[in-house]
Amino acid sequence: MAVELQIRNLHAHVEGDEQPILRGVNLTIRQGEIHALMGPNGSGKSTLANVLMGNPTYEVTEGQVLFGEHDLLEMEADERSRAGLFLAFQYPVSIPGVTLANFLRHAINARLKDEDPDSKGMPIPQFTRLLREKMNLLGIDHSFAGRYLNEGFSGGEKKRAEVLQMATLEPKIAVLDETDSGLDIDALRIVAEGVNKLTGPDMGALVITHYQRMLNYIKPDYVHVMFAGQIVESGGPELALQLEENGYDWIREKYAVAQS
Amino acid sequence: MVVQRRSQVDNIPAYSRSDVENLIASNNEPTWLKDRRLAAWDLYENTPMPRLEEEWRRTDYSHIHWTDASTVVTPNGAVVADVPQKNLEPLIGDRQGGLLVFVDGKLVHNEVADELTSQGIIFKDLRAAVKENEDIVKQYLMTQAVKPEDGKFASLNAALWDHGILIYFPKGVVAELPIHAVMYNKQSGGHLAHVLVVVEENAQATVQVDYASAEGPTHSSYVGATELIVGDAANLRYVALQEWNRETYEFSHQRALVGASANLDWVIGNMGTRLTKAFIEVDIVGTGANARVSGFFFADKNQFFDLDTQQNHNAPLTTSDLLFKGAAKDQARTLWQGMIKSLPKMQKIDGYQVCRNLVLSRDARMDSIPGLEIEADDVACSHAATFGTLEEELIFYLMARGIPRPQAQLMVIDGFFDELLQRIPFERVRQRLQAEIEAKILG
Ligand SMILES: Nc1ncnc2c1ncn2[C@@H]1O[C@H](COP(=O)(O)OP(=O)(O)OP(=O)(O)O)[C@@H](O)[C@H]1O
Ligand SMILES: [Mg+2]
Repeated sequence: MAVELQIRNLHAHVEGDEQPILRGVNLTIRQGEIHALMGPNGSGKSTLANVLMGNPTYEVTEGQVLFGEHDLLEMEADERSRAGLFLAFQYPVSIPGVTLANFLRHAINARLKDEDPDSKGMPIPQFTRLLREKMNLLGIDHSFAGRYLNEGFSGGEKKRAEVLQMATLEPKIAVLDETDSGLDIDALRIVAEGVNKLTGPDMGALVITHYQRMLNYIKPDYVHVMFAGQIVESGGPELALQLEENGYDWIREKYAVAQS
Repeated sequence: MVVQRRSQVDNIPAYSRSDVENLIASNNEPTWLKDRRLAAWDLYENTPMPRLEEEWRRTDYSHIHWTDASTVVTPNGAVVADVPQKNLEPLIGDRQGGLLVFVDGKLVHNEVADELTSQGIIFKDLRAAVKENEDIVKQYLMTQAVKPEDGKFASLNAALWDHGILIYFPKGVVAELPIHAVMYNKQSGGHLAHVLVVVEENAQATVQVDYASAEGPTHSSYVGATELIVGDAANLRYVALQEWNRETYEFSHQRALVGASANLDWVIGNMGTRLTKAFIEVDIVGTGANARVSGFFFADKNQFFDLDTQQNHNAPLTTSDLLFKGAAKDQARTLWQGMIKSLPKMQKIDGYQVCRNLVLSRDARMDSIPGLEIEADDVACSHAATFGTLEEELIFYLMARGIPRPQAQLMVIDGFFDELLQRIPFERVRQRLQAEIEAKILG
């Protein structure tokens, strides 16, 4: 049965700061569906992504998030990940001294340990094969496996590395936060094709983007607009085209009153 | 006048001139060594215990119980089986050029590959070398690198060292295999060791020395000296890893001399002791010489580490690159004081010095004091100290991929040290240290 991510009336702010950022978000994403999330800068898209993943910077003050049978908000970030949620970060951090390969192997082994506490982890040759296969899929040079995670990666390389992680971990629901920004035209196509291969009945996605060009490759089933911490409009792919043409002014006009 | 409290006056090492005389007699040492020991003893006696000098004033070692820590240690049924296996493992594969193991100052294992001996390489107990290689020892022992007048504890070592190692590589000799020595102590008390490494012109050597001790009931002291003499165009890779027990107070002088066009690659690890006061110095004496000094330290509980480093550029066209990385946990304290110096009119000097600190608890304290005293003008010298904590943002990133928090923390800390551990040329030793770092993180 398809897993559902249900976000109900979600409110959140930055820990130690009263100012609300998310002000009642409602959204349901099913495995196999692609949702695009658009909205002006600062409207709360990345905050939503981080709150879903369990970033301790943010505090949830109201609402509920269900992920299959799990109460997501009760879980630590690592548990959410192992349950099948993934976030491709808008700004991935670099981790000095930890190689991409070593890191991904730990991530896979943590999953195997969940299934079998006595698991010794994936044998290294098998892991190497898996990683190479995914690197080929995304046009990533094999030498990246031995590089420190994101350290000195270009903007586009970081984004590819995020998608590589997604491809390796095979989540049920993935949130891609502006994975298209910083990619050159060829990279955008490669990454988008990579994402397309992963979506399908087994993966649902929330694709956060500012640009229609990403949606030319990854065809969304639904498009949502976030404004001032709420999802104010939802529609089909035509909504994205409409935004591309008209910008957000009409959204501001329509919802600014409600906001104040 | 400074009025000293009685306890401070009394709390000094309990050695006496007769300890020096007994040592000379029992080893039946030659006159030159006897004279040097007695002169060093006089110097020692005439030097006050360091306390308020600039390089000592932040280091309070007054809590040491010298009555225990300066008990003369007599090896007592010591055998190599006393030493943990991890210290005895070959450095690479199943071969090493040689392994010397000391327990409580007694040589309990003496293995030197024939191919080394046939090349004229000397690797032996320093006491034996005094007799068998007298000229070499006489020429180099505390005459060029560490000298008795370097400080109270340098003169104490000069007077009373009772075991040690001579490593000597003749001109042009290149050893493929690394040399490994282990100084292990089973008994508490006063330990005074001396390591003398001489790599002559064009020779190439790789050496590792491990220091470790069994948990002791009472305080111990390690008053040590390490001298690394790297001849012209010679190459020395030297790794020293210290894991004394937590009742040990270390006072050590370590100094390298690097000749023209020579290369020194020195890695120093500090994990053990209750308190460490180490002077780590490189004298770059020949044109075109390069020295790289890498240090790592990890202090926890009540440990106090004070590492004093100095890079002396006494010749033109020389480089030195010093990187120290350390972490402190619980109530531990660490201090690094660095200095780059040059003689006047030395051109084309490139000196680099950095200490990176990872503060792992609120109660831990880490200080770093970099310094430059450069009297040349065509120089590129830089120094820096950085301080960081375990960043929640990094932990979150790893957790967001399914890695549980404790493991994510380990990975970030391991990552912090990785750059340094990569400078150790032995995979097995890197793994051993990683395990020890992890034990400290989790402990
Ligand atoms: N950690 C934080 N500390 C302080 N303010 C924050 C933090 N995270 C988010 N905010 C604030 O919350 C608001 C929403 O930010 P968020 O990053 O979610 O926007 P966004 O929709 O992703 O924008 P963009 O399109 O520019 O990526 C902004 O005003 C931002 O400044
Ligand atoms: Mg954003």
